[in-house]
Amino acid sequence: MTTAYNGKMARINLTTGEIKVEQLNMELAKKFIGGRGLGTKMLYDEGIATVDPLSEANKLIYITGAMTGTKAPTTGRYMVVTKSPLTGMIACSNSGGIWGAKLKYAGWDAIIVEGKSEKPVYINVVDDKIELLSAECLVGMQSEEIDGELKKLHQDCSVLNIGPAGEHLSLLAAIMNDKDRAAGRSGVGAVMGSKNLKAISVSASKSSIDSFDPEALKEITKSSTQLIRENGVTGSGLPTYGTAVLVNIVNNIGSFPTKNWQESYYEDADSTSGEALKEKFLVKQSFCHRCPIGCGRVVNMNGQVVGGPEYEPLWAYGGNCGINDLNAINEANYWCNEYGMDAISTPCTIAAAMELYQKGYIKEEECEGIPLVWGDPKVIIEWTKRMGEAKIPLAKLMADGSYRLCEYYGHPEISMSVKKQEMPAYDARGIQGIGITYATSNRGGCHVRGYMISPEVLGLPQALDRTETENKALWAKIFQDLTSVIDSMGMCLFTSFALGAPEYAKLLNAGTGTNYSPEELLLVGERIYNIERLFNKAAGMKPEDDCLPKRLIEEPITNSFSEGQVSQIAITLPQYYKERGWENAFPTKETLERLDLL
Amino acid sequence: MIEVRLFATFREGRDKISYLEPQGYHTAAEIIHYFRIADDEVAICLINGRHSKLDSSVKDGDVIALFPPVGGG
Ligand code: SF4
Repeated sequence: MTTAYNGKMARINLTTGEIKVEQLNMELAKKFIGGRGLGTKMLYDEGIATVDPLSEANKLIYITGAMTGTKAPTTGRYMVVTKSPLTGMIACSNSGGIWGAKLKYAGWDAIIVEGKSEKPVYINVVDDKIELLSAECLVGMQSEEIDGELKKLHQDCSVLNIGPAGEHLSLLAAIMNDKDRAAGRSGVGAVMGSKNLKAISVSASKSSIDSFDPEALKEITKSSTQLIRENGVTGSGLPTYGTAVLVNIVNNIGSFPTKNWQESYYEDADSTSGEALKEKFLVKQSFCHRCPIGCGRVVNMNGQVVGGPEYEPLWAYGGNCGINDLNAINEANYWCNEYGMDAISTPCTIAAAMELYQKGYIKEEECEGIPLVWGDPKVIIEWTKRMGEAKIPLAKLMADGSYRLCEYYGHPEISMSVKKQEMPAYDARGIQGIGITYATSNRGGCHVRGYMISPEVLGLPQALDRTETENKALWAKIFQDLTSVIDSMGMCLFTSFALGAPEYAKLLNAGTGTNYSPEELLLVGERIYNIERLFNKAAGMKPEDDCLPKRLIEEPITNSFSEGQVSQIAITLPQYYKERGWENAFPTKETLERLDLL
Repeated sequence: MIEVRLFATFREGRDKISYLEPQGYHTAAEIIHYFRIADDEVAICLINGRHSKLDSSVKDGDVIALFPPVGGG
């Protein structure tokens, strides 16, 4: 049967240099779709949950979504699935660009990397040929330079790489692809660094992929693309302003974490907003492969044309560090990408360090000439570079994230993280549902594991009162399950502003020959969420790891529109477990049976 | 005074922030009509940070923030 799967993956052992071709298990592919779901199932079955994440025993799975490379919209995506050195739990980082589609066009669904090379290497994929080559010439290079070097050597290739942060095994290291796209979260770049793997270049002579029912896929692609174009958010808001348009919305509901979440309204937010970015710095939009939206920003940074910040780094370097200088944020974001670091966790760690400094726990002499004061543009640029270099002692500590930094200084409560991963740009005290998804996210603090901002702030698909707790548990579960599906299909989450489970089901069925109803597809999403939870259980996760920082529960918001509010997670978490069929944070036997996970 | 904040495309040809005398404005709808914005163009209307319908009443000292359809993540 011809489908959108190639049915083939490569297993590369970096210790022995052996490269094996394996068949994709089609039974598992049907049950877990691809990408995030299938990658997690494979990692779980390979017994990786109990290994040391930075040891030779950990594995890296680069996996495409079921629909990656097809004609469906936003299908350039791939995922990196591994055990996270930051959280000690499942890591699944997702990235756009075109790298994922190229891997599929070259004939592969996934690459599994095992072992550890003695010397720095990179993997070069040219259609069905895979080789391991010396990466000595790339050591110490930053992301854009590596991209350029490998493009000189392998014409028309797409490149994924780690920068210096990954080489130093920074727990915030990202994997960059296509210059400024990032599989950013959970320290996946450090795992690559620990294996002495610097890059993967992929070239393909094909530029399309088969599907089960090409006519049906063409039809549903056409109607889905039309829905995307007609939708106010995906057809106009995101293309015009990018994700950064959220700065003013979130600030105007008083839920814009400021100065490491000590405040929740930033007076100067407008000067770091999507509107300001468009007015002063925007050169053009940028698009991932087959994307009709184009939320990416290309900006002018001191005369240089570079990838611009999304909402998250704009907030994290901006209000969260008390910075109102947009040019400085562009620059810090640029260096974050160049060194190959997570553009949420890196600035959030700087913000945590600023609070430690404000409270006198970090001393001025430790700052080596650049005191960590709020609002100084130099701080965010220079400390980002210092974290990327990891040479001076304080920067080395910071390169492993805010949790370990704050714990070192005896104040872990200052780290605004969940499962040791920094939370993103929405204050869960003012938005009750997002707090549930932060606390229960299998990969730690994260907004794209159940984007409750959509109903609670944007009113999509239906407006929910952000301050209420009623029904939020069920909504959170549905959002988490649908997101698991979208990630596993290899599509961009932003399509969900315009599309729902019926469209995703039709797309997947036409691509792969499944026959899922929307309800059955959501059940697959639930299965995926549960297999991640089983991985975490095996990795040693404890029920108390599903929590929010004390500040969100005990310290009410003090300024502006959400004054007096705290997170009601104590109420919503038990409701959520009930909806999930979990006891003490883990699925019951009945739930596992229902999801065919026993 | 009622403070009105406009965002995204609502700013085209209009001030980012305006202050209106409270007399003569009873609802959010009356305010958006003053700015020649049609009801169906407004995706989010915040009154003092709370999502509100356009027929919600407004009073002296309120902060109104208006957005067309926008989003992200
Ligand atoms: S909407 Fe943005 S992130 Fe999503 S595929 Fe398009 S350009 Fe990439």
